[in-house]
Amino acid sequence: MGEQVKLFKTWSSAFGLRIVWALKLKGIQYESIDEDLTNKSPLILQYNPVYKKIPVLVYNGRPIVESLIILEYIDETWKQNPLLPEDPHKRATARFWAKFGDDKVMSSLWQILTEQGKEREEALVQATENLKFLEEELKGKRFFGGEKIGFLDIALGWLANLVPVLEEILGFEVIDKAGFPFLSEWMLEFSSVPAIKENLPLHDKMVAKFRAYLAAAPDK
Amino acid sequence: MAASVSLFGYWASPFTLRIKWALKLKGIQYEYIEEDLPNKSPLLLQYNPVHKKIPVLVHEGKPLAESLVIMEYIDEVWKESPLLPQDPYGRAKARFWSNFADDKCVPSVMRTFVAEGEDKEKAAEEAREHLKTLESGLEGKQLFGGEKINFVDVAVGWIGIWARIVEKIADVNLIDAKTMPLLDAWFAKFLELPTIKECVPPWDKLLEHNRGFRNILTYAAT
Repeated sequence: MGEQVKLFKTWSSAFGLRIVWALKLKGIQYESIDEDLTNKSPLILQYNPVYKKIPVLVYNGRPIVESLIILEYIDETWKQNPLLPEDPHKRATARFWAKFGDDKVMSSLWQILTEQGKEREEALVQATENLKFLEEELKGKRFFGGEKIGFLDIALGWLANLVPVLEEILGFEVIDKAGFPFLSEWMLEFSSVPAIKENLPLHDKMVAKFRAYLAAAPDK
Repeated sequence: MAASVSLFGYWASPFTLRIKWALKLKGIQYEYIEEDLPNKSPLLLQYNPVHKKIPVLVHEGKPLAESLVIMEYIDEVWKESPLLPQDPYGRAKARFWSNFADDKCVPSVMRTFVAEGEDKEKAAEEAREHLKTLESGLEGKQLFGGEKINFVDVAVGWIGIWARIVEKIADVNLIDAKTMPLLDAWFAKFLELPTIKECVPPWDKLLEHNRGFRNILTYAAT
């Protein structure tokens, strides 16, 4: 029994990866469809007419879009291995930091990569400030979710995958052990969890992809 | 002893208004603290060190920031008059439209607000597109919640006031009754509800405030 679960994603998208992790952690069987974003399938345009993006989760023939919204939907639909904590304040806190990660941390890290000179230095300052908040939030805990990974770990998990890629391209560390002892440790711990480890895009492939993207980007 | 609820807000802030509406709909007593935004209180900065913004809700001594996060918290703690539907798919849709409004409608209306000339027309066209998309979220209903207001109505309904203020000040068309009749009717219906109407600041005051705000924004851009 069970309607089929379908996940439309790409091999490299951090947002799609979140959903893979959540489905794996809950032991949910699903069909995975990797999209070519230069040639989006009609299904994507049909399932996500507003944003025309992946990831899209389809269950019972109905699409759910926007990765953090999909995570909440998964958590509410399949109750094993809950991702969000029970306590409302802790839930709100997890949502707050997930949003912070997407709205502030992601863009500030991206800017380090795409900017040059003085703008890059400023981006680095901003990113460091943002990461310090996460470091503080993590303090004393093995995972953001406590003893086991939870919603916020999944929402921020892209750091474990993308920061090493970023650092290799930049040639310097952004999350260094001295400045970010907790976050550094978390990145390793998170990446070691089997459901995560088995579902991480290959580092070298990601480096190549980002290098290609930067090379193709028009000069400012 | 009743647990204390405090709301730090700003009278002209639509994000504060969302929380006032949510608290009122659930009959929650609370202490309201008006912040002087150019002169934020040390308490606010302590409660929201990350963004340093209002609204901030403090419940049992614990602060929360980000208005949609606060709304979900309120809905989970006070279970009467639920804002989000029970079923996961309905909840996902509600979250989708609330976030869509913040991600697309609000910035495009803001861009219209500060733009001039041709840029203004382009910005208005984009804003109208997003508002038209928002209309599709109604799925032909009178309110996002159907017969009663729900999370999306409370999260997004304020745009009906603010868009009209932008229309008046910037002399531009945003909520087009001809091309968005359902959206237009929704705003009218929602904003006329007594509980909702009572919390909205006087139109004249909002207009005056936003005129001043626009002057600051357009001056800062030059």
